[in-house]
Amino acid sequence: MVNQAAAETKNEAEVKIAVSDLSISYGGVPALTGVTLDVREHEIFGIIGPANAGKTSFIKTLNRMDTFDSSMKVEGQILFNGLDVTKLKNIYALRSRIGVVFPLPVGLPLTIYENVALSPRLRGINEKSELDIIVERCLTRAALWDEVKDRLSSLGSLLSGGQQQRLTIARALSQEPDVLMLDEFSIAVDPVTTMRIEDVLKELKHEMTIILVTNLVQQARRLADRTAFFLDGSCVEIGETEDLFNGKVKDQKTLDYIEGKFG
Amino acid sequence: MFAQSSLNVRNKRVENLFRTLFLLMTILLIIPVVIILGTLVAKGGSSISIDFLFTDPTNGMTAGGIFPALLGTILIVAVALIASVPLGVAAAIYLNEYAGDNWFTRIIQLAIINLAGVPSIVHALFGVGAFVLFFGFGTSILAASLTLAIMTLPVVIVSTRESLRSVPQAFREACWNMGATRWQTIRRVVLPNAVSGILTGIILEVSRTAGETAPIMFTGAAFFLPFLPQSVFDQTMALSLHLFVVSTQVPGVPEGLPYGVALVLIGLVLLMNSISIAFRMYLRGKKKW
Repeated sequence: MVNQAAAETKNEAEVKIAVSDLSISYGGVPALTGVTLDVREHEIFGIIGPANAGKTSFIKTLNRMDTFDSSMKVEGQILFNGLDVTKLKNIYALRSRIGVVFPLPVGLPLTIYENVALSPRLRGINEKSELDIIVERCLTRAALWDEVKDRLSSLGSLLSGGQQQRLTIARALSQEPDVLMLDEFSIAVDPVTTMRIEDVLKELKHEMTIILVTNLVQQARRLADRTAFFLDGSCVEIGETEDLFNGKVKDQKTLDYIEGKFG
Repeated sequence: MFAQSSLNVRNKRVENLFRTLFLLMTILLIIPVVIILGTLVAKGGSSISIDFLFTDPTNGMTAGGIFPALLGTILIVAVALIASVPLGVAAAIYLNEYAGDNWFTRIIQLAIINLAGVPSIVHALFGVGAFVLFFGFGTSILAASLTLAIMTLPVVIVSTRESLRSVPQAFREACWNMGATRWQTIRRVVLPNAVSGILTGIILEVSRTAGETAPIMFTGAAFFLPFLPQSVFDQTMALSLHLFVVSTQVPGVPEGLPYGVALVLIGLVLLMNSISIAFRMYLRGKKKW
């Protein structure tokens, strides 16, 4: 099993996450069925689709958020660096490699500094000087440092919505993750901040793999290298973003969605 | 345009009726409190003095102070706290943060609810059987405190759970998503934000414990002791039992004395309650979300 997985990764060295025949149900009601796709290293992988398509459920399985919800059942195989995460014992290590950003920012009830220093602390870094460096670096990369550098000891929850979302991104970056998952991050963020975050993501792609769930079709077009289209609990199509937006689609429904004919 | 219709008039009349009704009920509720406190202050206020608080009872408890009883109550409550708080808080953390919703936890919950419903005299007899006799502590501060601790455990567990539950689940999930274990999440995020509620609950529990009589009268509180306890294995006097004794058991007690004892007991409880309220107001001001 493990050998087979290792062999698979060797063949396609650039595959970061390989999902095959993934199905998700909540209390017996299917939310997503039969998804098979690969996420490649150092790409921005966009997932678009209308509400209830199963996009959020999909990314929840990647870092085993299904363990938070006893009604959520996951079947299928998810290989992360060749290891099946659905059978993984040490899910803490897995989660620490994956940064997650939700639609609404979750500022932990801590200071701005401690929000970003928490993950390093969990890894056992307690040296103040070392933490200072990490906090400054992560806040800078999340395009927030200049706005908060003079009030690092005030509460994260006192920031504006857009700032809090960048704080959440800084916190995710403080994990030094391999993969960054963003779930409709721009819902509570103004357009200017959205653009700033998008620029940040373009930079980050060189260091990590990014999975971007969005219901803004144009955002996927601006950012994603490849895009998957989810509809009604299944993955309709995966392709190069360029191709999809230039009308080279296998399924007419993809084109209809991209052109705004439904959803 | 805004002319009153007959419907408006009737609505307004009904509105006034109910408002007055609810106000009356509320006033009715305060009356006993006012009467109790007023009587105690009027009749017992003159007995209170520094000497009263810090000297021993004399002349067969018909004169002198209440020092052994005051000290005894404080000791019993303190030892009861030391026993019940770690146990109750740990159980609450387990139930709220670790346990899933299954038959096992449901049985535990049921047990806690039932424990809260057990009359205090039954707790007293349990204390005699378990701590005084079986564990061989004898009638002692330890036995009395443990009996009180068992009795107040449900309160500690329920109030701690409520405080833990008030911390939004999103904070936990955000923390878990960073790879934090349950304990790391509890220590870094959940407990710091629940601690004010937990402490408030504990202080309220203390004030309840201080006034209990039945659970301690068979397990550790003495009718009259001319000396102070030397260890937790000694008996002690206690304010609540002392009040019962001087009110009903001893002839020739001056009228003001029992009122004075009751006033001290109520004062102790009110003092702890106000500390609790002040503390809660202080921490609420620092609320982080």
